[in-house]
Amino acid sequence: MIKDQEYLKSKASYCLDLAKKLGATDASVTIGNSISETVNFRNKTLDESNRSDSLAMGIETYIGKKKSSISSSNLLDENLKILIEKCYETTKITPEDEFNSLPDKELLAKNIKDLNLYDQSHVENDKKIGYLKELEEAASIDKKIINTESSFTEDKSNFILANSDGFCNGYKSSSFTASCVTVAKNENNMERDYEFTSKCHLNDISNPSELGKIAAEQTIKKLNPKKIGSDKLSVIFDKRISKGFLSSFAGAISASSIARGTSFLKDKLNQQIFSNEINVIDKPDLIKGMGSRCFDSEGVKTDTLKLVSNGILNNYLVDTYNGKKLNLKSNGRSGGSTNLYFENGNINYDDLLKSHSKILYVTETIGHGTNLVTGDYSVGANGFLIENGEFKYPVNEITIAGNLDEMFKNIILANDLEFKYSVNSPTMMIDGMTVAGK
Amino acid sequence: MSNFFDKSDLTRKDVDEIVSDTLKNCDDGELYFEDSKSESIVLDDNKIKSSNYSSDLGFGFRAISDEVVAYSHSNEISKDSLKNSAKSLQSTLKSVKGTYNHEIPKTNNKFYDAINPIDQKTLDGKLEVLNNVNEYLRKKNSTVKQVTASFSGEQKSIEIIRSGGESLTDVRPLIRFNVSVMLEKNGRKETGVYGIGGRQSYDDYLKNDNWKNVCEEALRIASVNLDSKPAPAGEMKVVLGPGWPAILIHEAIGHGLEGDFNRKKTSAFHDLMGQKVASEGVTIVDDGTIDKRRGSLTIDDEGTPTESTVLIENGILKNFMQDRLNARLMNTRSTGSGRRESYKHIVLPRMRNTMMLSGKNTQDEMIKSVDKGIFAVSFGGGQVDITSGKFVFNCTEAYEINNGKIGSPIKGATLIGDGPSILKEVSMVGNDMMMDPGIGTCGKAGQGVPVGVAQPSILIDKMTVGGTKL
Repeated sequence: MIKDQEYLKSKASYCLDLAKKLGATDASVTIGNSISETVNFRNKTLDESNRSDSLAMGIETYIGKKKSSISSSNLLDENLKILIEKCYETTKITPEDEFNSLPDKELLAKNIKDLNLYDQSHVENDKKIGYLKELEEAASIDKKIINTESSFTEDKSNFILANSDGFCNGYKSSSFTASCVTVAKNENNMERDYEFTSKCHLNDISNPSELGKIAAEQTIKKLNPKKIGSDKLSVIFDKRISKGFLSSFAGAISASSIARGTSFLKDKLNQQIFSNEINVIDKPDLIKGMGSRCFDSEGVKTDTLKLVSNGILNNYLVDTYNGKKLNLKSNGRSGGSTNLYFENGNINYDDLLKSHSKILYVTETIGHGTNLVTGDYSVGANGFLIENGEFKYPVNEITIAGNLDEMFKNIILANDLEFKYSVNSPTMMIDGMTVAGK
Repeated sequence: MSNFFDKSDLTRKDVDEIVSDTLKNCDDGELYFEDSKSESIVLDDNKIKSSNYSSDLGFGFRAISDEVVAYSHSNEISKDSLKNSAKSLQSTLKSVKGTYNHEIPKTNNKFYDAINPIDQKTLDGKLEVLNNVNEYLRKKNSTVKQVTASFSGEQKSIEIIRSGGESLTDVRPLIRFNVSVMLEKNGRKETGVYGIGGRQSYDDYLKNDNWKNVCEEALRIASVNLDSKPAPAGEMKVVLGPGWPAILIHEAIGHGLEGDFNRKKTSAFHDLMGQKVASEGVTIVDDGTIDKRRGSLTIDDEGTPTESTVLIENGILKNFMQDRLNARLMNTRSTGSGRRESYKHIVLPRMRNTMMLSGKNTQDEMIKSVDKGIFAVSFGGGQVDITSGKFVFNCTEAYEINNGKIGSPIKGATLIGDGPSILKEVSMVGNDMMMDPGIGTCGKAGQGVPVGVAQPSILIDKMTVGGTKL
């Protein structure tokens, strides 16, 4: 059973009291417990079961403007005492930093909404096995599928965040995740693809046979790929890839990158960074949202932010420390964005495919080729070549490159937004990218 | 050596009984205890940004029957907690009738000392080095706009308890010192990053003001990039410098030769054993026995002593890297490659220090032989799709080659290739093999483990360079 709020609260106040007693002027502590149970299947038989039960504490102690932190998984009072004493001693000899402080009291979250993030359902291993059997049956109908691997994970967690200004809050959350990876083979080559579903509530996850079927179809479609010649092309990014540009965007507008000057979007506040049609929202209070939260990792309240309206950048993602550096108030984004999404564009998916005579449709990128300091972008890719609106053949072993500054201005969005992850984007097209191939 | 349960209600007799009882009809398995202490101290933006210390203690209990692995881990060390884990394993492996394999090789070798690097240098001493780095770089060059420097260190003690009471232990130190610098000139920003590390104390790496060399290298990379031009796009010849660029070998070949992907036949290499997969003269080994290197281990995380495993010899595929599970199922022996990130993770076959050995050519010969291509000296990360064999890596320092001469530096670009065929495109192998500086972390199935790489300069006849200039 997951530890309850009372247990976590008693540990948190033990830590805070001890830190204060030692002489810390301020302190902030997080105590969390998570239990995760996974069953893995391979080729329709049980492959692995994995149960994990993790307790963790992290504390930051302040002496004026000096700060240091400690974390541990051993929550015995005796051990906590040794660690907090060590933390306090380290704080004493750590240099001052004028921007160190707990969050402003008036910004701390007060009314905690119930966002329906916890489902107490427990899926017994036998039920998980049943789900995965059905999934893999559906995934392996086609003879070209030579290997299937799938897994079902149930996660439950509970936490408390408390600080010496009296903030003390936390809540339970859950997630249920099922995934399937399939390998298809023919006389020429072997390909792999996947599909997954992840939700806070058990009843909201996808039907197993649907999941297996999609994974298999996507994999088989990739067989017999060709390498295309190097060219300037319009590139469509499938929804599972297009959301990645929002993650890069969130990284580039985090107050820490801005304050350090290491972002290509520094000094772009109130300027046009996307085309007129683009709006970006970060909404923390989505019911059952995968990125929903009632307050940020410092306890600061989170409001919905319209980060970009009509292409203009309105906000950075601000935490207390970097906010003080930039002379901005925290907007509750310590720990990053929440449920981040592009609003729908004006064009439907089919029309987007027909918008040019030749388009590269990207379903997967590999590598870490995004440089947020310069905006330079270069990644390995595979996908399909589209001619006159029709999928012609799979493409692989190519790269796509550009600069995010310019790419952002050229983004065109379809109107097919879904809330599947914590970061979501409609299908996206960017004109004029350099494709390197043969 | 830690006693992992001296503060709990467990005795060694209890532990041995629970382990032997749980594993009696299994083919393999063990109880793994881990006690780790780690620290991270970061200077950023002219200030000590964070100083964090962490201590973690826990166990992972594994039972294997045929192909099925049951695993349970917890950071609560008590009789109840261990019994709960045993119950969870037994519920997965309901009616097993295997024979426990007691055989595990022994070693007297040790590839590092059982030190705790965190305690071997005072916090004041560490802060002083970080502040010196910041001052040195900012004084040195007025285009320096940002400096980040960090120490990270850990000591990980492990004990593996097998059925029958056999116990294997190891104490593993690891440190890393890293400097990142950002320059700004005429509105253009570029960064340079360099780091060093391995399984010794901080001061072993910082002797003779060695931190200055780390600063100079980071600064040099950033300065080169300030003058970089857009990279070319398309297929061309690529010369790789010695040392760290061997992450190409790690991505292109290494992952595809890990036992699990080959047992499951999902690796592009699974049916190529004994066949020619590389040009003549190409020999690649994965070696866990190099003194004090980041990827070295005295014993792996299943207790098997590590070794130097020949993967490719003179172009021919010789061995896969194996943990105990995959070795048993493939009728071979473990190569001491069974590793896990921590007690929270299952064992997988992983790389240690992956090295391409020296050949006969000089780097100069290689450059001279190229009409049009690139010379890649340093890299960021890489990634591979095991099944299709396609892999990428990102240049962080590279130059054009025109008519046999090194030209302008070029912007960071991704290079993409095909694992099973790339080593057949190697037409020259240099005589200048070098180890990397000790900074690599390899990710697989969500687990990160420290690794090393090494190679001489090599010439690849055809690779796709992902620049913007057609």
